Amino acid sequence: MCGTCGCGGSDVRVEVLAGASQHGGHEHIAVHPHPSGPTGDVVEIETALLAKNDHLAAHNRAWLAERGVVAVNLMSSPGSGKTSLLCRTITELGPLRPVAVVEGDQETRLDADRIRATGARVVQINTGAGCHLDAAMLARGLAELRPAPGSLVFVENVGNLVCPALFDLGEAARVVVVSVTEGEDKPLKYPTMFALADLVVVNKVDLLPYVDVRLDRLAEHCRSVNPGVRVLPLSVTTGEGMQPWRDWLVAR
Amino acid sequence: MHELAITQGVVDVVTARTGDVPVAGVRLRVGRLSGVVPDAMRFCFELVTAGTPLEGAALEFERPEGRARCRTCGQDFVLRDPVLLCGCGSADVEVVAGRELSVVSVVLAERRAVT
Ligand SMILES: Nc1nc2c(ncn2[C@@H]2O[C@H](COP(=O)(O)OP(=O)(O)OP(=O)(O)O)[C@@H](O)[C@H]2O)c(=O)[nH]1
Ligand SMILES: [Mg+2]
Ligand SMILES: [Zn+2]
Ligand SMILES: [Zn+2]
Repeated sequence: MCGTCGCGGSDVRVEVLAGASQHGGHEHIAVHPHPSGPTGDVVEIETALLAKNDHLAAHNRAWLAERGVVAVNLMSSPGSGKTSLLCRTITELGPLRPVAVVEGDQETRLDADRIRATGARVVQINTGAGCHLDAAMLARGLAELRPAPGSLVFVENVGNLVCPALFDLGEAARVVVVSVTEGEDKPLKYPTMFALADLVVVNKVDLLPYVDVRLDRLAEHCRSVNPGVRVLPLSVTTGEGMQPWRDWLVAR
Repeated sequence: MHELAITQGVVDVVTARTGDVPVAGVRLRVGRLSGVVPDAMRFCFELVTAGTPLEGAALEFERPEGRARCRTCGQDFVLRDPVLLCGCGSADVEVVAGRELSVVSVVLAERRAVT
């Protein structure tokens, strides 16, 4: 299913960055055709609209589990600091665990270039007009990335607080990154995204003195749509909060 | 605009079952907490069905309301928005309905066996 928002599948490009992968041939994730049903004027369908995506996500999940790879899906609005967080995380985590990254953006390989500079393996997926990654795209990305067994794979989703929430990728955990400059109301305005998060990272806390945002209220809004969700204040710039973030990752 | 991808999914789900048999109507179930807007789907539907067996089909929506169960006091209640809060003050509630997103059924334009 490469038919994504506004574009149709042919627009989606998956690119391995030079040096990031020594890939010889593609690895395919098996997809079974599904049989069909009854007869008549009215045909009962009763099929979830995301069933195909969810099916592919289940394949990704199995593929990852077979290799002992843990995938973390990072979602946020544009510019909250996902790539910055990844670069710093890779550097700090480097010796502890191999890390590889699947970068999703509508256009450019800028983010993949930033990741590659850290030495981690990276694949860039450009979705064209599409505003989210889906399980089929991740399957293609993973086949190119060929992450080492036991590694941690970060999936940086397209910067968008709406659509990525609907598409299961087969990840082990979903992390929503929100920066303090976005205001404290984002969890209420984009509840679907926050409701499904396993962790909310509140980035750029170094800027708190300059904005009219209170961390306790932001955390309260996260919990009003996702009771009990862990909220982790952090600053990629100063390094504050990086330790609990690393601990959370290592525990995956 | 994820409604376009979702609506493309309608065509895929339906044609996987009914093949090239012309379809006159499609019934969808879109829960009020699903994050998907029916009007936007209606708009996309015309675009994505052009040239498919679903072209010109009437689109109908079932809109189940959001419902939740409170784990603290055990009450079942209607959720008008995704803020999870029970009347008893507890936020420990579980969404039990409203997130549906599926194709319920289709009406074929002609009487023909579907295999
Ligand atoms: N002050 C401050 N700035 C930060 C912090 N983290 C990231 N930034 C800045 O925020 C801007 C956006 O960061 P990116 O890492 O590119 O954000 P992103 O979420 O990957 O952006 P997209 O991929 O375009 O959605 C950059 O200018 C970063 O330097 C932080 O903790 N504090
Ligand atoms: Mg980025
Ligand atoms: Zn989208
Ligand atoms: Zn209650």
